[in-house]
Amino acid sequence: MVPKLSIQNVSFDYGDGATALRNISLDIMPHELFVLFGPSRSGKSTLLRLLNRLSDLLPVGQMHGRILFDGQDIFARGTDVFDLRRRIGMVFATPTPLPGSIYENLTYGLKMAGIKDRRVLDERVARSLQQAALWEEVKDRLADSAFALSGGQKQRLCLARSLALEPEIVLLDNPTSGLDPISTSIVEESLYELKQQYTIVMVPHSMQQAARVADRAAFMLDGEIVEVGAQKDLFVYPQDKRTEDYVSGRFG
Amino acid sequence: MATYEEIEQTREDTAVSPTPRRRNGRELIIEGLILASGVSVIIIITLIFLFLLKEGLPAFTSQPISTFWGRRWYPIEETYGLLPLLAGSLLVTVGAVVIAVPLGLTTAVYLGEFAPDWLREILKPLIEVLAGIPSIVLGFLGWVALAPLIQNMGAPTGLTAFTGSLILAYMALPTIISITEDALYAVPKEYRDGSLAIGATHWQTVWRVVLPAARSGIVIAIMLGVGRAIGETMAVMLVTGNAANIPELGLGMMFQPIRTMTATIAAEMGEVAQGSTHYSVLFAIGIVLFIITFLVNSLATRLIGGRPKQRGAQL
Repeated sequence: MVPKLSIQNVSFDYGDGATALRNISLDIMPHELFVLFGPSRSGKSTLLRLLNRLSDLLPVGQMHGRILFDGQDIFARGTDVFDLRRRIGMVFATPTPLPGSIYENLTYGLKMAGIKDRRVLDERVARSLQQAALWEEVKDRLADSAFALSGGQKQRLCLARSLALEPEIVLLDNPTSGLDPISTSIVEESLYELKQQYTIVMVPHSMQQAARVADRAAFMLDGEIVEVGAQKDLFVYPQDKRTEDYVSGRFG
Repeated sequence: MATYEEIEQTREDTAVSPTPRRRNGRELIIEGLILASGVSVIIIITLIFLFLLKEGLPAFTSQPISTFWGRRWYPIEETYGLLPLLAGSLLVTVGAVVIAVPLGLTTAVYLGEFAPDWLREILKPLIEVLAGIPSIVLGFLGWVALAPLIQNMGAPTGLTAFTGSLILAYMALPTIISITEDALYAVPKEYRDGSLAIGATHWQTVWRVVLPAARSGIVIAIMLGVGRAIGETMAVMLVTGNAANIPELGLGMMFQPIRTMTATIAAEMGEVAQGSTHYSVLFAIGIVLFIITFLVNSLATRLIGGRPKQRGAQL
């Protein structure tokens, strides 16, 4: 099978001497839920932000290597980075509803993309909210301010917002941080549905969450990938001593 | 073993009923001082208002109110129509707002969002220096440099409402720019990320997300900037020609000499007999200014959202 994303020998440093990523190579397959886990500051979020080029916003930073999306180098000259970000959506650790109503939050990206047809917008709003398991709770108050939602609802709104663009890949950077266990399990359950349609790369909230949701996973430490494998291989029969120590809770 | 709920419950209990605060003498004195300074502000404002009323109200009783609605301001003939002064103030202020707000906002957006670092490092301190220029110096500049320029452009005289607006706008700009830029800076990085991550461009993000999110701060910036301009007297007196007549409506409206309410008080207060009708009319103008300021402030509060809790959340 052809990988959806192919990360080839990627290194990244923030220019202050500290290397954030060291020679990362990974293939992410279509319709899998791939989890990047490891202790804080191991480079997971940095890697995630490279994948849709949000890293462009950093004032410093030097990247080496290639990232291929459907065989195309996303850092190649002439890449339409705005289109890229529509095709590779991202949800952050802190829910970031934008000022405006729930409906406006969801149609924001679509309008930027030039979709104006009211029927298409309505239909996308409904579907993305259903996919993010939020539809039932907000369908009667789409005109309300997005700030009026609870933390868990805001996070699912952000998920719905990127799904509304019908991306091919969804990047989830710790999407359940700060959520209560019930909201967390709602989000996790919706992931099973989502990967039928999308490819998901996720930085989990905890090692336990990684073990619960992953199809395949990579264990990262100090900007390097220690071990990559299927969920069972990594969490039950880890090969590397460091992975074993982390997974069994000896450090981290 | 205590259940989770029980632990939460005890935590809440201790949170709502902390150990009684020890109120020693020192604490009492400090609290008293803070209370006194807070109350004194209220007292002083009330006293000012009462003073204004005491000196100004006779103007409304000594002659019919309709006098003030007149179109002529000739104190020598005991004719006190306020319309020309109101029109003058309105014209100059609105002119200043129309010039300063778009210019100030775009400058702030450029500085905060698009300017390269080195340029921002130069421009920001310069703008702050601008704010420190005494207003009379600006008035002088307007009189010497701006007025001849405007006259050369074809106006009958260089001392016009437009000249006053320009000077006032210039005075309001530094405040508007630096406070707006602070408000933009205070918009959480997450908003920008959230917007960019769904394919918005930098400009779309600024226009659709950053500016709306900074709205309350921007309204405050405009209010403070315009507030500085509205109260300004001397510089305006210098450059607006001081003719208390209602400008003819039309395109040339801005290019006629006018006189503002503040300038009228400043110019005539020194010459009136204390207690005369003219004297109390000048105070009545003060009351009108007071009411206008009050209305503008309430409007601003409403624009910001009125609910202080929401304000924190939106910034």
